[in-house]
Amino acid sequence: MTRWGDDPDGIRALVRPDAVHRDVYTDPDLFRLEMERVFARAWIYVGHASQVPEPGDYLTAEIGTEPVLMIRQPDGSVRVLRNRCAHKGARIVSERTGSAGRFLRCPYHNWSYRTDGTIAAIPLRTGYDGTGFVACEAASGLRAVASETYRGFVFARLSDTGPGAAAYFGDSLSSIDYMADRSPVGELEIAGGVLRYLHDCNWKLFVENLNDSMHPMAAHASSAGTAKELWADQPADAPKPMAIEQLVPFVGSYDFFDGMGVRVFPNGHSFSGVHFSIHSGYGAVPAYDAAMEQAYGAERARDILGTVRHNTVYYPSLTIKGAIQAIRVARPVAVDRTVLESWTFRPKGAPDIFLKRNVTYTRLINSPLSVVGHDDQACYRLIQEGLAAGGNDWVSLHRDHRGPEDGVMTENGTSEISMRNQFRAWAALMTDAP
Amino acid sequence: MTEAEIARFLYAEARLLDEKRWDEWYALFAEDGVYWVPLARGQTDSETHTSLAYEDRLLLRLRIERLRRHPPSQRPPSFSQHVLQAPELETADGASWLTRTPFFYAEARGDETLHLAGVARHTLIREAGSIRIRMKRIELVNCDAALPSIQLFL
Repeated sequence: MTRWGDDPDGIRALVRPDAVHRDVYTDPDLFRLEMERVFARAWIYVGHASQVPEPGDYLTAEIGTEPVLMIRQPDGSVRVLRNRCAHKGARIVSERTGSAGRFLRCPYHNWSYRTDGTIAAIPLRTGYDGTGFVACEAASGLRAVASETYRGFVFARLSDTGPGAAAYFGDSLSSIDYMADRSPVGELEIAGGVLRYLHDCNWKLFVENLNDSMHPMAAHASSAGTAKELWADQPADAPKPMAIEQLVPFVGSYDFFDGMGVRVFPNGHSFSGVHFSIHSGYGAVPAYDAAMEQAYGAERARDILGTVRHNTVYYPSLTIKGAIQAIRVARPVAVDRTVLESWTFRPKGAPDIFLKRNVTYTRLINSPLSVVGHDDQACYRLIQEGLAAGGNDWVSLHRDHRGPEDGVMTENGTSEISMRNQFRAWAALMTDAP
Repeated sequence: MTEAEIARFLYAEARLLDEKRWDEWYALFAEDGVYWVPLARGQTDSETHTSLAYEDRLLLRLRIERLRRHPPSQRPPSFSQHVLQAPELETADGASWLTRTPFFYAEARGDETLHLAGVARHTLIREAGSIRIRMKRIELVNCDAALPSIQLFL
């Protein structure tokens, strides 16, 4: 518990309808409380079920700053367990992915656990006879965490109570549907590796940026603008490299980004690109379009392929695309330190060009060597440093705020409504016990 | 191409980078030249597996032009220093020469310095009498770590 822990009024006072106090990005006590409240009470994306295909397959991740593991059960379900030996607390597994077979075993004293987390064996168990062990916390083994899987996306909630995932995400789940339905068989599988990009900034600065439509033409002028110029001399019918096709739209006009539109949902979720997006202009793949039509019928196929949402934010930490089957996950480390994971999918049953597109896009945009990522990262860092300045404690979120905001709303793309929506959710998670 | 000739070429290449003589460095690449920083150890596929970087001449040109435009991430600018171990010639078939050069690399910006290490593998060819790079593949020892921005050329 921090100095903020028993001060809900103090926390609420940090969030105005149209501005937030700088402390939300810089105060280590608030960060610790976010881990206990925002990241424990919300449904957090852990991993994709396709990453653990066989019983005993696991992957390790963090929910907030707490280590967990996601593991496939013998009955085919996926469970999320706290990655902490019930005995002395050692992390049970440290590989990013692996297979435990039938048992997870702690390397320190060989305590072993079934894949559901219950204790299978303890060496020289008679040493616990007649002790208080059977009634203690350790006896129940690795603690399971509430988890739900939606179209392969595995979410977990550390808190024992609260709304289910479907209620928490509401209609924003349509973005996951649209992404998964880009596969003619309606299934995605993780492929192509993971980029992990260390950011020296607060996690919220990244999440807010996903629906910030006023920065690309400024921050990305040097990268996407240069790409546009380098290609300007080419004849109109010259085959466009994937990199050009993907980079140039980042320097669309203010009108373009405003026209994209943004939609917000309760609990902090939102997406931009309601009407079109920077992903609208990718070349068609006729054989694939035909397969999609066959799978879904003409009308639904047109709907799926015509839906090109820019970024959907599943608050607080998962952000997804759609026309590009790629996701980014914010893993907070400290108040001014965040790891961004970028994963790509293969839409099952679709030609390789889609995975190639996804891989090219994520490398161009999300790599620690990305000329686009460098400028985003630098701007987040500038905010992190600039907020040390006194004289003005407030970060303005006034753009297009003209009255009360609540529920599902669709606005012009350059509105800062998605950020205001995130902070309303933040204040609720930080103050109201579920 | 003799080993001594190759070593002179690779030392000069690193020096061009550290002195920010990017146009001269760019000119060392063959028309089909590629600069590749794999994400996975032993990575062979650049199309269906993500890389940290995989850049043809068009993307290298973009990177160079951008650095000249004082982008947000280059205020203040970065500076690099390569320290190379003597290159080894691994294979040669008369048309191309494959070399292996372990390196240390420092990239400084303001008060912060990033240190990286790895092995650079060059595929060199001879074009119109000059040595040209067909592939520069940089295998970072920590390619799968969470890395901060790496802004200049490895």
